[in-house]
Amino acid sequence: MDGSSSVARRLWLSRRLLLGVVVVLLVSVLVFLATQVLPGDPARAVLGHDATPERVAALRTELGLDRPILDQYFAWLGGVLSGDPGRSLVTQEQVSTLIGDRAVNSAVLVLVAAAIVVPLSVFVGAWAGRRRDRPVDRVVLVVTLGLTALPEFIIALLLVILFSTSVFPVLPGTVLLAPGQSPLSNAEQLVLPVVALVLGVLPYLARLVRGSVIDVYESEYVRTARLKGVPERVVLRRHVLRNALVPAIQGTSLALAYLTGGIVVIEQVFNYPGLGSALVDAVNNRDVPVIQLICLIFAACYVVFNLIGDVLTVYVTPRLRTAGR
Amino acid sequence: MNTTLLRRSLREPRMRIGLVLTGLILLVIVVGPLIAPHAHSDIVGAPYAPSSATALLGTDYLGEDVLSRVLAGGQSIVWISFVGTLVGVTAGAVIGMTAAYSGGVMDELLMRAMDVLRAFPPLVLILLLMAMAGADTALMPLIVAIAWLPQVARVAYGAAREVVSREFVESAETLGAPRLRIVRREILPNVMTPLMVEFGLRLTWSIGVVTAMSFLGVGLQPPAADWGLMIKENYQGLALQPWGVVVPVLCVALFTFGTNLITEGFARTVARVSPQEGHS
Repeated sequence: MDGSSSVARRLWLSRRLLLGVVVVLLVSVLVFLATQVLPGDPARAVLGHDATPERVAALRTELGLDRPILDQYFAWLGGVLSGDPGRSLVTQEQVSTLIGDRAVNSAVLVLVAAAIVVPLSVFVGAWAGRRRDRPVDRVVLVVTLGLTALPEFIIALLLVILFSTSVFPVLPGTVLLAPGQSPLSNAEQLVLPVVALVLGVLPYLARLVRGSVIDVYESEYVRTARLKGVPERVVLRRHVLRNALVPAIQGTSLALAYLTGGIVVIEQVFNYPGLGSALVDAVNNRDVPVIQLICLIFAACYVVFNLIGDVLTVYVTPRLRTAGR
Repeated sequence: MNTTLLRRSLREPRMRIGLVLTGLILLVIVVGPLIAPHAHSDIVGAPYAPSSATALLGTDYLGEDVLSRVLAGGQSIVWISFVGTLVGVTAGAVIGMTAAYSGGVMDELLMRAMDVLRAFPPLVLILLLMAMAGADTALMPLIVAIAWLPQVARVAYGAAREVVSREFVESAETLGAPRLRIVRREILPNVMTPLMVEFGLRLTWSIGVVTAMSFLGVGLQPPAADWGLMIKENYQGLALQPWGVVVPVLCVALFTFGTNLITEGFARTVARVSPQEGHS
């Protein structure tokens, strides 16, 4: 590679990183402002309805609620960045200890699901794409079509109904974890939540891979290779799989981003102690510091997954390397 | 052009099956409350009682009739997801088209704002906004609309951008046609088809999201009869009395199946008519 394209690539990369940081900062402003509009006074929420006005005022000062809003924002952002995002209004625990375990649990769920769904989708998509319009392909299309129609939590509930209560009661429908216990220590409990997440992402990803495999098979260079008598196995390895790498990378980042959102309701269905169920509880309890931090974590993950996907795509696609977007 | 497309898409088997399914569910939703054997909040027996002559599908966690609540419980999902999708797609289209047509600072400003909204997984954004709204049912469509805004804006932006660069817009501008008329006559017709597909997709997702909101406790509140709320309320008793969960789950599943098939049928017709506009 020559010097100018590497400079262009570095410029593109720094622009993209900068944009990511700016988006996360703006997200933090949005999250902070949104929680300011919340009805009710957090100090009163902590102390209860029969607290004296003096005690409420004292707690307001302690929580910094009497300061200008800009000061409050920077104090909060500083706290988040230095690992001290404040205390829960409901349990009085440090928010960081409250969600530490749960963040790990959610990460385990997302990563296990991603580790299954990405290779599976590439396999199913490539398989169907190679046999375009044959019975296998049609079955894959119909099944994925059916699955895309179902909201992921309806899939999860159907799994619980089928496999943990009525028809074949073979798997646990709720997850029971002691605080600090690894979710991997009882793998049986993880089966249904992971399957629900996999079935939620598989149809999109498999269709994406199928489409790109069909595109490659129809391309000029595969036709040329076949005309030259290159064996089918070599065509598959040298052209199809290599070109399926880009959609696979984009698909992985898409899947991770999608799974991040998907866990919110899946965790609630299985009573899984993760960030999603913590967010739902916090919203129902109006626990502002917890809502703020979890929303920020979700948005930051979303931005980071997209960023990694974009960067890797540019690095593995020769013709995109210099096309600064 | 769009009416011909719609008429052609009626020949798609998917479209027909989808219309039948959606029609059936809508029939249940409209006629249901009229033929329900009990009022939806009447106590007709012990909690989680099995099916009997008075309660064909048994009773729920309070002893209310499951059948009557299923028959009464679809209306809120329909109107909230329909209004939410309509507002979201319309506003998203306006934002995307304005950004694409104006270009420059306006383009950057609008689309970067959309990037910030897009940084949230939709359900997380909805939870954040619902926390602000204090679980106010009247605000639910608006919040669903905001959640779809950034994605719709991107679709509209992409489609409009392509049209703006074409010759007939330039020539209309040279001829001195007013801006609004250019948008209405030249840009909107070309953006309309992708927007209609987008509407179908978002409607299917809205149905899921609105049900999920009630299931998570930030949507409709008791004593309302609502499929999402029913799933939440009776989930604890699933092993004891499955109908209170199973029937609402199946209703939502059939509904989203139907709307998704309609969208697929339409999108396939579009793809057949103009191969570059979509793919199956």
